[in-house]
This record gives sequence, structure tokens and C-alpha cells, in this order.
Amino acid sequence: MSASFDAKALAQRLFEAQRERRAIEPLTAERAISEREAYDVQWALLAEHLAQGGKLAGKKTGLTSLAKQRQMNTNEPLYGYVIDRTILADGAQVSRADFIHPRVECEIAFLMAGRLHGPNVSGSQVLAATRYVMPALEIIDSRFAAFKFTLPDVIADNASAARVVLGGSARSPEGLDLRLVGMLMEINGELVATGSGGAVLGHPADSVAWLVNKMAEMDAGGLEAGDVVMAGGLGEAFPLEAGDYVRAEFAHLGSVGVRCV
Amino acid sequence: MPLTEQQRQEAADRLLQAERTCTAIDPLTQLYPGIQVADSYDVQLRVIKAKTAAGARIVGKKIGLTSTAMQQQLGITSPDYGHLLTTLAVDDNGEFERARLIWPRIEPEIAFVLERPLRGPGINIAQVLAATAYVTPAFEIIDSRIKDWKIKFEDTVADNGSSAGHVLGTQRRRPDELDLRLTGVVFMQNGEDIGYSSGAAALGNPAAAVAWLANALADYGIGLDAGEVILPGALTKSFDANPGDVFRAEYDGLGSVSVRVV
Repeated sequence: MSASFDAKALAQRLFEAQRERRAIEPLTAERAISEREAYDVQWALLAEHLAQGGKLAGKKTGLTSLAKQRQMNTNEPLYGYVIDRTILADGAQVSRADFIHPRVECEIAFLMAGRLHGPNVSGSQVLAATRYVMPALEIIDSRFAAFKFTLPDVIADNASAARVVLGGSARSPEGLDLRLVGMLMEINGELVATGSGGAVLGHPADSVAWLVNKMAEMDAGGLEAGDVVMAGGLGEAFPLEAGDYVRAEFAHLGSVGVRCV
Repeated sequence: MPLTEQQRQEAADRLLQAERTCTAIDPLTQLYPGIQVADSYDVQLRVIKAKTAAGARIVGKKIGLTSTAMQQQLGITSPDYGHLLTTLAVDDNGEFERARLIWPRIEPEIAFVLERPLRGPGINIAQVLAATAYVTPAFEIIDSRIKDWKIKFEDTVADNGSSAGHVLGTQRRRPDELDLRLTGVVFMQNGEDIGYSSGAAALGNPAAAVAWLANALADYGIGLDAGEVILPGALTKSFDANPGDVFRAEYDGLGSVSVRVV
């Protein structure tokens, strides 16, 4: 007999793990969870954040690069939500103690000019609905011990979302080939990664299109004007420790940094 | 140099024969356990001399082992260099024969072509940029004359930086038109993406790799000449090249380069 499925109870477990900065065992260790059930848990988790005063500020993708999929041992991306108070400005300081085992990765963020709902949304439609693209860092912090999880677990856990740091400059994607935009990432002045936009599903706009279409498939709406959308990590995610200064620099887009104390 | 002149010439002859017959040899670090880096560069020069005596021309230099990953793998902290020759200079969209090589691999780079000589020591990035006529997309084809790529630093140095050939793209940019660190690249094999990177992967800045080369050559009283092609180091890991493969690399603001393996 498998345990019965209670999305709210599972969401509550994840919410408390996050609040208490305590890693838990994967939800799927008890019972298999389907993709749709996992998104139901994610939805219940979002409801809990909203009930606690958070506001929905955007969406994020996860595991959109082959490198990340390999690192996390899955072969499919996922989406999650971005809560307003998790968005920080360039140069922000975060406290290591606020997290369980944070990792940081660099991304291109989209700021949507218009509403965009799937299905069948293409990358070019995403670009047409985009006001700005911005350099960004994302701090992820799985609520599961040792970042060990299956795809339904990480979906339920809101794609490991923890913080978003947006760079100080924003520009229209027009005239840019986002697939070829180069990136470098430094931790404490040491180069740790280089990459280009294509690392996320071949093109960051295609990654956002995947998100929109997946949301439609899950009957979860889509993107709204003003949404901040994280298009996915362009490389590996690196452990973030107290004392670290992480900086990413992007061709044409500028740079973004965060300090961890 | 711990090796005798006779041993160094013998090592050079072994490498030349390995290349000619397409038959890899045991690592020089095994055949000559005392071999040091200075020996290896001497062996490399002997190999190059034999090739130029046979009609090859030197077109420039290559810098290798410029990524942290490669340096860690070989347990070293410095890059190495080798010579680029006319013998396997392939045109953009051209082809090369797999069968002529032992275990070829390919990697994307940003090539520099100099318009003024550069002579170390004391060369910095700004001087490199000022001496550069243009940068252009490039592939380096690498191959090891050492069995199964089981190379130590001294092996690859003697083996001309494991160089086998190069492909230059046709688009040219003055170096002040680009931020070379942030020039993005997507590397493709048969239409599928296999690597994403930017210029910084080569020693933090490809121009820094060229400066390193100019300064390293100063130890031997050698300078870089106007017209030389410099390959400053791979931007992604290298991939095996097999017959039928088409490799293509696209660069932000710098066009693309493509080559076919037959």
C-alpha cells in the first residue's frame, strides 16, 4: 500500500524545510509522484508563499542545459515560480546562514512586455513579447539532502529556487543573437566558467518558450507583462560559501555580482 | 638538458616517423625517463627543422593547455606552445582526411594574425592588441603521436603541442571591435551543439595567451613576426574527429568556421 497523495501536506513539508533551513529526504522516497502531481505540490507551495505575504514576480526554468541535466541526473527541464522578495539587485549581499546548501549559476533574465500563453509559443514570439534581457545570477538551494532528487521532487520544490540577482543594465533583445552572447563567471576573482547563451536549450528564448508551453500543458497559465523570467543556468552551479564574491559578465548585457557573508 | 643530443635527435626522429607512418609511439616520458621541458622544446625544434627542410613553411604558433581544466589534468600551471605549418592548413569549409592522422581531435579558437612583430619579455595584453591585424574564427586540429593521448607535459611539448593542423575562418575583425573575453561561441558537430563557451576560456583572455607566448619565446631569443597566425588556446574541450563529421563553430560578431572530416 502506497501512502495517499496530499499535495498540500507535501508543500507544507517543503515550506518548513525552507523556513528551518533543514534538508529533507526526497518526496519520491515514500511514493512515486507523477509530473502533474509534482506541479500540484509546487502550486500548493506557491499558495503558501503567497499566503505568507510573498507576491508572484515571475517564473524560472530549471535544468535547461545538458551540463545541469547531467549534474542533476535528469534529462528534462522544469519550471518554477519567482517570488518578489527573492529578487535582489546587483551587488546585493546574502547570508550563507539563510540557506541549506546554496549554489550559484549565471543566467539571462527576460522581462516580459506582454502576456504570453501557450501552447505552441515559439522563441521568436518570446522575443517579440520581451521588453528587456538582463544579466542575472540565480542562487538555488534544494530542500533535499545533498541535492539528491528525481525530477518530480525538484518540480515540487519549486525548481530549487532561492534568490535571483538582477544586473543593473537592461536592454532590448533586438539586434542581439542571444545564442551567441558570451558569458564568464568568476568566484573571488577566479574564472570558474565560460559559456554562451545557446547552453539553454540552444537559445534562451527557446528556453522561455519551453516554459510557456509547459505551463499551458499543466493548465498553469503562462507569462504576464512585467514577469521576470529566468531562462536557465548557462553552466554548472557552484557552491556558494560565506566570504564568496560571485560575478558574471555577459557580452552586450553587462555584469552582475553578489556577495555572500 | 638531461638528455644527450643523440637522445633528443632520436626522440625527434621517432615522432617524425610516428607521424609519417600514422603509428603512435610510447610516451617519451617513458622512453626517456629523465626528459625535462627544455629537452622537449629542443626535440620540438628538431621536428620542425626536419619538416621545414622537407619543404613545409612555418605560418605561426599555437598555444596549448590554456584552460584550467587541462592544466589541472596534466598537473601543470603553465601553457605550452608549438609551431603551425603549411602542411595541414585547411580552408574554411574545406576537409581533411582522418586516415592521415592517428587520433585527431578538434577544438574552436579565436586566431590572431599579427601586423607587427612582438618580442618579449614584458609584452602585455594592450601591446598584443596593438600588434594584431585581425582576429578570425579558427579550429585547431590536434593529434598525438603518443599512443592513446597518454601524454604528460614533456610529451606534448616535444610533440609540437600535439598540433596537427588548423582551419581559419574568412571573417576578420580588428581586435578593438570585440571584447575577446566575452565573445561567445557555439561549437557544433553534424548540426548538434556540443560546446558553449566564450573567449575567456583561453587563459582568461586570448590576448593574454598571446602575451604569454611572446614572453615565453623571449627565453629562447625568439620573437613573433608580422604575418604570423597565433592560435591562443581552445575555447571548449576537444572532440574526436571521425570521417563524415562536419564541425562548425559560430562566434558572436565574428562569423563562423567549418570543416569536414573525410
